[in-house]
Amino acid sequence: MCLAVPGKVIEITEEGGLKMGRIDYNGTVNSTCLELVPDIEVGQYTVVHAGFALSIINEEEAQKSLDAWAELLDAAGVDGGDIIPAHKKQSDQ
Amino acid sequence: MLQALTEATLYLLTKNNQTNKMRFLDEYRDPEMAKKLLAKIHATVTKPWVIMEICGGQTHAIMKNGIDQLLPPEIELVHGPGCPVCVTPLEKIDRAIAIAQQPDVILTSFGDMLRVPGSEKDLFMAQAEGADVRMVYSPLEAVKTARENPDKQVVFFAVGFETTAPGNAMAIVQAARENLTNFSELASHVLVVPAMRFLLSQPEIRVQGFLAAGHVCTVMGWKDYEPLAAEFQVPIVPTGFEPVDILEGILMVVEQLEKGIHQVENQYIRSVRKEGNPAAQKTIELVFEVSDTQWRGIGLLPASGLSIRDTFAAFDAEKKFNTQDITVSEPEQCISGLIMQGIEKPPHCSVFGNECTPEHPLGATMVSSEGACAAYYKYQQGTTT
Repeated sequence: MCLAVPGKVIEITEEGGLKMGRIDYNGTVNSTCLELVPDIEVGQYTVVHAGFALSIINEEEAQKSLDAWAELLDAAGVDGGDIIPAHKKQSDQ
Repeated sequence: MLQALTEATLYLLTKNNQTNKMRFLDEYRDPEMAKKLLAKIHATVTKPWVIMEICGGQTHAIMKNGIDQLLPPEIELVHGPGCPVCVTPLEKIDRAIAIAQQPDVILTSFGDMLRVPGSEKDLFMAQAEGADVRMVYSPLEAVKTARENPDKQVVFFAVGFETTAPGNAMAIVQAARENLTNFSELASHVLVVPAMRFLLSQPEIRVQGFLAAGHVCTVMGWKDYEPLAAEFQVPIVPTGFEPVDILEGILMVVEQLEKGIHQVENQYIRSVRKEGNPAAQKTIELVFEVSDTQWRGIGLLPASGLSIRDTFAAFDAEKKFNTQDITVSEPEQCISGLIMQGIEKPPHCSVFGNECTPEHPLGATMVSSEGACAAYYKYQQGTTT
């Protein structure tokens, strides 16, 4: 039930006193309440659950995190082609 | 064998995701990254560890992508109580049905509650018998239904964890703002931290580390997990829902366990801040108050749910329709309480897959598609774990 989907804010509107927005989910657009993310702006990505935007996606941190993982895993020399459990490695030595 | 599993990973992690690229989803479904993370997990683990994913959405993603079968045998994943549909007490469903069957009532609900059986029937059956039951995507749709039907009482069956509570609270705020006297909520909200504290306090607890629920943490932040991590000496990692998220989260927990440390470390950085979402928390606080709450399959847990404050009593369907007297007990065969505590697994239940199926669920964890039993039934029927 806690499913939430990322989408991009393409328009901010107001309905019945509520801050609302049109969110683009890769081509599918629908209306979402933005009251819980008062600082959100057009062009930002958000995570939407049951008709409410819950957070503004931190694009910079997301990219930094992905890059850091990629770097770490590359540096460790893990390519996934030679998976050997650590206990096996130790017992083989 | 492991090489073959790696190939299987590629297939499993991509087979459902071959459509157009979607930002903040596809990066976290990248099979190359998943392979590397799996390899790193295999290379890191040296001892057996039991890790619990809290959220039913994570359970579903793990089973759907076969992640549990790709991990080293030392890592056992057990499935937590984070499925609000599963833990909604039977009597709440009976109360929703009783309200729906009253004249001039429109009962609105998220779709996944409609087929959850009460003690005699579900809301779909009540609808077939003439009750006006309508599915909504958002609680604000229920408010709109009330606005458009001033001669009917419109009740929203407000079920959920902290993720869903702010939207359900906002619907009451909006109804109050519009002076709608024909809108109310049958509220059944539960809280994650008290449930984790309960699990960790059980003498038979096997869980040594947690993947915390990413969207609950999006709303509430992760400050409240720090005392739990310190007191019970367990790593807790707020984690997202895509395969790469879950593998990263598992690796972060395993690295802590192997080093003998126990901290809160955030995997779901793109959505979760330490302080959470203050506007959402303020909305919850305005409308709801913490209360002792019944969990289906577990029982009554102190200060583990949210009830509507007296200031908003006019929007409380329990009071409006006087349903508090409807109480029922649960089927005795069901071991869902033990499953949600990580003590038992679905295939070990004597009624799993025979007397108890998604079509005819006997208990909490088979009820919703996010429940652990339903996930095993759908993705691993015939296998033993």
